[in-house]
Amino acid sequence: MKHGRYPFIIGFLIVPVAIYGTFVIAAYVQAFQLSFTNWRGFSPNVDYIGFDNFTKLFHDSTFWKAIQHHVLLLIFLPLLTIILALFFAFLLNVGGGSKGGRTQGVRGSKFYRVIFFFPQLLALALVAVIFSRVYSPDESGLINGLLQQFGAGPVLFLADSHLALWSILAVLVWQGVGFYVVLFSAGMGSIPTEIYEAAALDGATRSTLFFKITLPLLWSTLQVAWVYLGIAAFDAFALVNVMSVDRGGPDGATTVLGLEIYRNAFDYAQFGYASAMGVVLFFLTLTFAALTLRVTRRDTVEL
Amino acid sequence: MSDIFKPEVDRRTLLRRAAAVGLLATPAVSMLSACVGGGDDSDDKADKPSGTVSATNPLGVKEDEPLEIVIFNGGLGTKYATDVDIPSYNKLFPNSKVAFSQTEEIATVVQPRFTGGNPPDMINNSGSKLMDQGALVQAGQVQDLTELFAAPSLDITGKTVKDTLIPGTVEQGTFNGKPYVLNYAFTVFGLWYSGKLFKDNGWTAPTTWADFLTLLDAMKAKGITPYGYAGANAPYYQYTVILASAAKIGGADILKNIDNLEPNAWNNDAVKQAAAAWAEVGAKYSDKSFLGLKHTEVQLKQDQYKVGFYPSGSWLENEQAKDTPAGFDYQLAPLPSVTTADKLPATALYAAAGEQYFVASKGKNPKGGMEFMRHMLSKAGAVGFTQLTKTLTVVSGATDGMEISPGLTSGNKALVAAGADTFSFRFDTWYKKLDDELRAATNELMFQGGTADKFVTRMQKAADAVKADSSIEKFSR
Repeated sequence: MKHGRYPFIIGFLIVPVAIYGTFVIAAYVQAFQLSFTNWRGFSPNVDYIGFDNFTKLFHDSTFWKAIQHHVLLLIFLPLLTIILALFFAFLLNVGGGSKGGRTQGVRGSKFYRVIFFFPQLLALALVAVIFSRVYSPDESGLINGLLQQFGAGPVLFLADSHLALWSILAVLVWQGVGFYVVLFSAGMGSIPTEIYEAAALDGATRSTLFFKITLPLLWSTLQVAWVYLGIAAFDAFALVNVMSVDRGGPDGATTVLGLEIYRNAFDYAQFGYASAMGVVLFFLTLTFAALTLRVTRRDTVEL
Repeated sequence: MSDIFKPEVDRRTLLRRAAAVGLLATPAVSMLSACVGGGDDSDDKADKPSGTVSATNPLGVKEDEPLEIVIFNGGLGTKYATDVDIPSYNKLFPNSKVAFSQTEEIATVVQPRFTGGNPPDMINNSGSKLMDQGALVQAGQVQDLTELFAAPSLDITGKTVKDTLIPGTVEQGTFNGKPYVLNYAFTVFGLWYSGKLFKDNGWTAPTTWADFLTLLDAMKAKGITPYGYAGANAPYYQYTVILASAAKIGGADILKNIDNLEPNAWNNDAVKQAAAAWAEVGAKYSDKSFLGLKHTEVQLKQDQYKVGFYPSGSWLENEQAKDTPAGFDYQLAPLPSVTTADKLPATALYAAAGEQYFVASKGKNPKGGMEFMRHMLSKAGAVGFTQLTKTLTVVSGATDGMEISPGLTSGNKALVAAGADTFSFRFDTWYKKLDDELRAATNELMFQGGTADKFVTRMQKAADAVKADSSIEKFSR
């Protein structure tokens, strides 16, 4: 088998790696290159200005505001999504108790599984447009239209600077939960039923089952989910761009790095500065992923 | 036994080898990087195609050189280009093939072509995704239009193109002394209302601030939201009226100083007074929920007679044509005088040439691009544009005496009444950053409990920051 192995492997890899190299690696390399220039996007020539862009970035209050929003998203997006997804996945798989020696989900769990996955099938831009209607501040909005029936005043979800980011976070969670329900369901499905049965024989309650068996055995799946969601929290560009008032407003209350990069590159034609932001975002995401994997490392139970 | 099942490539070696393959792709990286930083400026005008200069071809266009134009597809549509200007151009140059394309996102489609060095010849740079015109000029990508303006008009005999234009048009497209941009559409800006609504209620357009507030009270009593603009994406409309009020109070130089980033241009009593007056309108006569609405939503409300006054430019009537009920009768009111001691009269009007068109200096056929503009600026081209878009052009008096639509007639009347008292600003296109800051500050002022003092302090700080930023090219007028 050793004979001809390299041509074989290279033959498989050459196309995907070339595509990846061109559209991902090269783009990154170029962003690093441009972050040291004052390129404005209209000329083939660039001037190198050293670390000026990074110094400027350090003193940019909008940049720090965006970072704050990422921190908030980083804490609450994974937390809320994982808690909800775990809860639903548990109900779908184990929540119905055991019948005939087999654990099963609540009634209609197959149907719910499909429903939960629906949001995942919608393009993010669609989700944003739909929720703009849900949150609309006048009587045409889904929520405010209902509230008005009961005589309650309109809630300015996206126009109130204290509520806006939370409103967008809620959409991110809504959109993400379905995928993680499926992910966790798969994880739970691979936990042998004998363990549950044994525990049930010993008189374990549902919550004991969940905390003492499901959770520890799902740990590596949870870890992956946390990293995915953390990276999603560094994005959030599409929703903020479409939904928020005055793009990232009101008054910068919802802005994120992705939006600031876009704004600086395509509105202000400061491509060099925008690339510097991109470089910072690259390192932030990388650091986060490495940290998460390190901090959450613990002995996984081999089945 | 175990040796048999030992995988030949474990994960680590696989990764190492993948990295090696990755190196194979590195040449692709350097090839890509070549598109930025690898170019040079050898492209000069000498090798551009040109034909014989004659009376019918004053710019010396090469007769069979193809021409490429890109038109922004927005409120004005693209019919004026395809149905009026291209036929006119092809009548004179039947052998020059015109490649027409349209887009709703100019920057997305056109900008990469500037970077790549093969830009289209004439571009309508407009819409929410427009390219930074100042940066384009700074990069030497824009053709100097002096030749075009000095050429004879296509169908107004005995006049140069410049002579046929509304005064101030060329200046509006001038960057540091050279005309680079043609602003083709002429826009008047003010408060729009329904002539029918006013007639039914016996209301008239106010000229003093006291009358304005009385009228807003009367509207409120009728259950109409007296005043509104869309905070979500159109605070621009509101800041235009705030600054127009400031210009009326303190004279048009207020706006000039703001454009030129003069010290304390914002920290000025006239700006402060205007901001305070509008803040009161926002707090008392508008609806906070409009902060979360888009311009189309608020404009629709006005068409449903739920909003009294709406600040906008003269494109409004055409934009709303589909949703306007019969007999709505769009009318324009210039901004009422804020004080009794205003420097400019109540008829004074924000009016400016807008909608940018430019020729790419490094395109294949810059002369053809300029010739195309000459056709747009002909009387026939201007009349065709106004008929199709309900928008005036910068060709002076091209549609005089023609009845096209109530809103257009009303805007025209206001323009005549204003006489020489028209004014405008340009900082919004020069310094996009300042524009964004002003949008946020305006929303704060009108909807989020801001004050005039906070407003001017905030804007002064932003203007000073732009002035101090050496990476932003400065302009003056």
